[in-house]
This record gives sequence, structure tokens and C-alpha cells, in this order.
Amino acid sequence: MGGSTMDQIVQYIQSYLNTRGLTPGAAGNMFWVLVYIMLVFLGLSVAVIAMNWLERKILAHMQVRLGPMRVGPHGLLQPIADAIKLLLKEDIMPAEADSFVFWMAPLIVVLAAFTVFVVVPFGPTHAITDMNIGILFMLGVSSLSVLGIVMAGWASNSHYPLMGALRSSAQMVSYEVAMGLAVVSAILMTSLNKDGTGTLSMIGIVQAQQAQGVWFVFKFFPLGLIAFFIFAVAMVAETNRAPFDLAEAESELTAGFHTEYSGFRWSLFFLAEYSAMIAVSSIAVTLWLGGWLRPFPNLLTGPTWDQAFSYIPGITFLFFAATCFYNTVRMPKHPLFRIQTIGLAGFGVVLGLIGLMLFISGVSMRIQDIFWFSAKVAGFMYLYIWFRGTFPRYRFDQLMQMGWKVLLPMGLGVLIGTGGMGLRSEIWNQAVLPFGRWIWSLV
Amino acid sequence: MESMLHITTLHYLVLGAALFLLGVIGVLTRRNVVIVLMSIELILNAVNLNLVAFSRMSGGLHGQVFAIFVITDAAAEAAVGLGILIAFFRNKETVNIDEVNLLKW
Amino acid sequence: MTPVATPFFFYLFAGMMLIGGILVITRKNPVHSALALIVTLLAQASIYLMLYAPFVAGVQIILYAGGIMVLFLFVIMLVSIERSMKERQFNSQRVVGIIAATALGGLFIAVYSKGKDIFPDHAVRMTAAEAPNVQSVATLLFGPYMFAFEIASLLLLVAIIGAVVMAKKRI
Repeated sequence: MGGSTMDQIVQYIQSYLNTRGLTPGAAGNMFWVLVYIMLVFLGLSVAVIAMNWLERKILAHMQVRLGPMRVGPHGLLQPIADAIKLLLKEDIMPAEADSFVFWMAPLIVVLAAFTVFVVVPFGPTHAITDMNIGILFMLGVSSLSVLGIVMAGWASNSHYPLMGALRSSAQMVSYEVAMGLAVVSAILMTSLNKDGTGTLSMIGIVQAQQAQGVWFVFKFFPLGLIAFFIFAVAMVAETNRAPFDLAEAESELTAGFHTEYSGFRWSLFFLAEYSAMIAVSSIAVTLWLGGWLRPFPNLLTGPTWDQAFSYIPGITFLFFAATCFYNTVRMPKHPLFRIQTIGLAGFGVVLGLIGLMLFISGVSMRIQDIFWFSAKVAGFMYLYIWFRGTFPRYRFDQLMQMGWKVLLPMGLGVLIGTGGMGLRSEIWNQAVLPFGRWIWSLV
Repeated sequence: MESMLHITTLHYLVLGAALFLLGVIGVLTRRNVVIVLMSIELILNAVNLNLVAFSRMSGGLHGQVFAIFVITDAAAEAAVGLGILIAFFRNKETVNIDEVNLLKW
Repeated sequence: MTPVATPFFFYLFAGMMLIGGILVITRKNPVHSALALIVTLLAQASIYLMLYAPFVAGVQIILYAGGIMVLFLFVIMLVSIERSMKERQFNSQRVVGIIAATALGGLFIAVYSKGKDIFPDHAVRMTAAEAPNVQSVATLLFGPYMFAFEIASLLLLVAIIGAVVMAKKRI
């Protein structure tokens, strides 16, 4: 009994490794689905922690100051200190607040922000599952976070959160429309292949970009770029980030809908906000920037170029390790800084080891797709922080005006233009030429 | 017990009928207009469930297309209904459906 | 996309829908009713997935749970509910209403128990393998149902104008 069930278990676990053409969800393999879910959850947590530190440091350097420097070497342990502080804070609930709704609101926002990652494609088989309606699912579930925000504002039983929640949810709903139009024009580009059928599945969209040989941001030259621009602006507004953060900025509405939340509940909102940022950046990367494809997949082809590009993950981590060692050397030579210097050197050694491990060909073959996808999403995170440090805040009526009166007509124009460019030969032969001949015959 | 374990079309239809009944009770017995509107949404959802279940039974996709149209219509009707509610509330300051009796003789 | 543990998931989601429905019609606080309705709608989207209708499930999540319910919550927040929560919740026709609903329920039971032999006992051939569901629905929408599609978009335009006009302060 023991031997046969053990064999069955091992065979079940290994069965996924044999059907390599599918994601674990599509192959129905529950064990690997759970492993992937754990990996994505872990990766998201590390990404949110790293984002916290990166945001404070990069914003500080843009504002010609240093940011957190005390807690660890160069403030590297600052997010951990913040997390411990938030966990130890007192959990306050307003007196007249509706306790069930107050408790459920951060739960809904976090669930909506994390469920989206079920279909995010890190590679052709590196996704938890591949739904037929992938992009529809992502847009729909990310619109459920609006419900959580409305509930949070209402349950706090106070004026500032209520107004902040109304404004925030009105803004999110308005920019969802513009996002949807930009997404539809990108989906339209996937159908411009031989048999004329497109796909809504996230993996299918990247494979369509691979088959058509061009990233959708460069297709039909200004149209893909304008659609990408509309989506980039709408996604910043969708996640309530600067310059569209009127509803939650500290000087405006005393932190808006999460005013009455403290401690762990506030950190849930914070976690959900960063996860939503990563989620919509993943949508943008998948739809326009070619997902997991390396740069120039069709222009610079061939095994030598593949080999050259496969060295880049290792080189990146070695560059990070070199930066750590350089900063270690520059640390103040004072006995109080000894622990920090050793810590930074140790961190550099870890990064260097990861970099060296990525040069092994077996590892780098599997890491390629995930690395390029994560690198592009990291670029988007930098863009978010850059926007926060650069632009002044939009007033609420300017914000709504831009969402409805500028982005929506632009989105419609891009959609019609993409459709027209995609069918240009049919339109020319079957509509314009007969019309021209009829006009000519009247002369 | 065996018939309860094998899920057939009848199971979905009974679920749809139960939801329809709950919606009808909500429409007929509640005084708050917003809850009456939500019960109407329950009724529409029950109808959608029946449509999609029959579409699965027959193999064609016409039931699903009909269900999409029903969802679209429900959105339009909810928007107009809530607009009327707001206009009414602005005049009468109450959401009690028994007080909507200005045309009563 | 092979189904797994269908009875368990069916009874789970059916139970969620029925409990949500009962909570919708019996809660005093409209916000609690709205939350129960959201649970019902999401459980229904899962049942659509079990019925091999992923596109309808996606539309249900986006439009119903993410759109209509936000509208409901906005209106509940704008309309003051403290006074209405202190009044009687069930109106004067509640006995007649329950009797009528019971009669309707009896009718349903009679129809379904007499006609249960019409429904085939097995699940029909899987159409999910030939063409993906979204493409087939799109072919139907832009083919035979094109006219209904255009009428639906016109209906939405009329509803937008109607809602804006009804809710404006001064026309």
C-alpha cells in the first residue's frame, strides 16, 4: 500500500513535467497549481517589500536627498521595520462604524488585487492557468476593488473617508472605460493573422505578437503607441497613484478612504495598492510590450543572438552585486558602521551568487522568460515612481475631465484607426474604389 | 442519493426557480425601494441561469448570447431605476415604497 | 478543461447563491443586502463557468458585480438610510405576498416533477473543444444577432441619457 501510493504520488507530480506544452491549470495538475500559487504569492510579497524601499529611495534621490539610511545599510531593512511597526500598532475601529463592513473592506480589496495573478503569464507555460477569457477576467476582477473602496469609505462613518471613497471610486470607474478601449484595440491587433481570429487569453496575445513579428506598441506606427499611452495614463489613475492621488493624498483629504484604518488593516490596503500596480503593469507588458519575449525577437534572430541575450540576466545580477561592493567600500570607516558594512557585503555576495548561478545554461534557459517579463514590469514600477516625483497633482474636476473628454475620444479614435488599418486592403478594394469609380462616372 | 450526486440540467433549473422565488418574495414584501430593485436583479439572474443551463443542454450558444443581452438590459434598467429613485428621493425624502402614492385616488 | 468534483462545487455555489438571496431580502441595512447580492452574483459567475460559459461569466463579473453593484452602493450612500432602517421593514401586503410566492413555488414544483423526463440525463457533446467559446459567441453576436446587438447599444444610449436627466438637479 505504501509503495504504490508513493509511486502514484510521484508519478502525478511528474506528469506535469512531461506535458510541457500547457500551464498547470490547463493540464489539471493540482500539485503544480498549488506550487505556482505559492511561488507567485511569495514573489508578490518580495516585490511589494522591494517596491516600498525602492519608492522611498528613488523618490528621495529625485528630490536631491538621501532617503532612509539608518535602519539597515542604505535603508535596506526599512520595509521590514515598517512592517513590524504596522503589525504592532493598535487596531482602532470607529465607534459608530458598521463593524462587519469595516472588517470586510480591506479583505475584498486584497482579494481582488491578488486573484488577478492567476492568469498573468510569466512564460509560455509559466502561468498558474491560461483561461480562454484571460484579459476579461483580469479587467473584471480588478474592477471588484472599487467595491472594497466604497465599502471602506462608507463603513468609517465619517465625512473625509466617505468623500474620499466616492471620489476615488468615481475616478477608478471612469478610467476603467478608457482602459477597456485601449485593451480592445490591442486585442483587435491579435486578430490580424491568417485566419482572422484573435484571442482573449494572455498567453495567446503574446504568442500573437511573436507570430506577427512586432510588439503591439510598434504596430501601425502611431496607433499602437497611442493605445499604449492611453493605457499607461489610465492605469496610473486606476490605481490611485500620483499624479491622480487626490483622493488619498495626505494634504488633501487626510488620507481619504483609509483614514480610519490603522495597523494591519492599513497595511492590507497598502499591499493591495502595490499588487494592483504590478497587476496592471503586467497587463500593459503582456498586451503591448511583448510579455516574456526578449528584445528584438524577430530582427536579431539566430542562436548566437539568443545566446548573447541569455547572458543578460546573469550580467544584471552581477551588476547589482558590483554596486553593492562599491557602496560597501564607500561606507564610513567607523566602528559603529561595522555591522552595516558586513551586512551590505553579505547582500552583495548573495546577489553575486545568484548572478553566477544564472550563467548555468539549464537554469538560464528556464529563467529567461520570467526574467524578461519581470524586467519589463520593473521598468513600469520605475515609471510609476518617476511620475510620482515629477508631476503635480491633478484637481478632481481636471481628472474627471481628462478621463471622459480626452482619453475616451482618443481611445475610440485609436480603435477605429486600428480596425481600419487592419482591414485596409478590404476597405480600399470594396468601398473606396467603387465609390471613386461611381464619382468618376458622374463626371 | 445517487440522483443528487450526478448534476443534470434539472439541478440548475431548480436552483434558478428557487432564486426566482426569493426575488419575487423580495419584490412583494419589502418596503425599501433599493431592496426591491435588488430583488428584481435576483429575478433577472435566475432567468439568466435558466437560459445558460438550457444552452448547455442543447449544445448551441444561443442561450448564452441571450443571457449577455439580458445582463446588458439589466444594467440599463438599474441605471434608470436608480435615477428615478434619486429624483423621487429629492422630492419626498423617503425611500419607502408605500409613500409613492401621489396618483392614488 | 475537464470538470473536477462537479457535485461538490455545484452544491457549494448553489448554497452560496441561496444564502445570499435570503440575506438580500431579509436584511434591514441596504448595504448588507448589497453585499449579499454581490456574493450571489459572484457565485453565479462560478456556476456559469461550470456550465462551460466563460464569456458570460466574465461579462457577469465585469458588468454586474463590478458595475451595477457599484451603482447600487453609490445610490445607497447618497440616499440617507438611517431613518428608513428604524421603520418597519416588511410592508402591509406581506402575507398575501408570501402566499402568492408559495403558490408560484408549488407551480414550479409541479411543472418540474411532471416534466423531468424531457431533460436528457447526460451532458451533451462538449462544444468547448472545437472553437473557443469567445469566438463562437462573437460569431453569433455579429452574425444572426447583429440587429439585437445594435438595438442593445441604442438602449444603453437611451438609458444613459435617461439616467442623467432623471438625476440632474435642474434640467
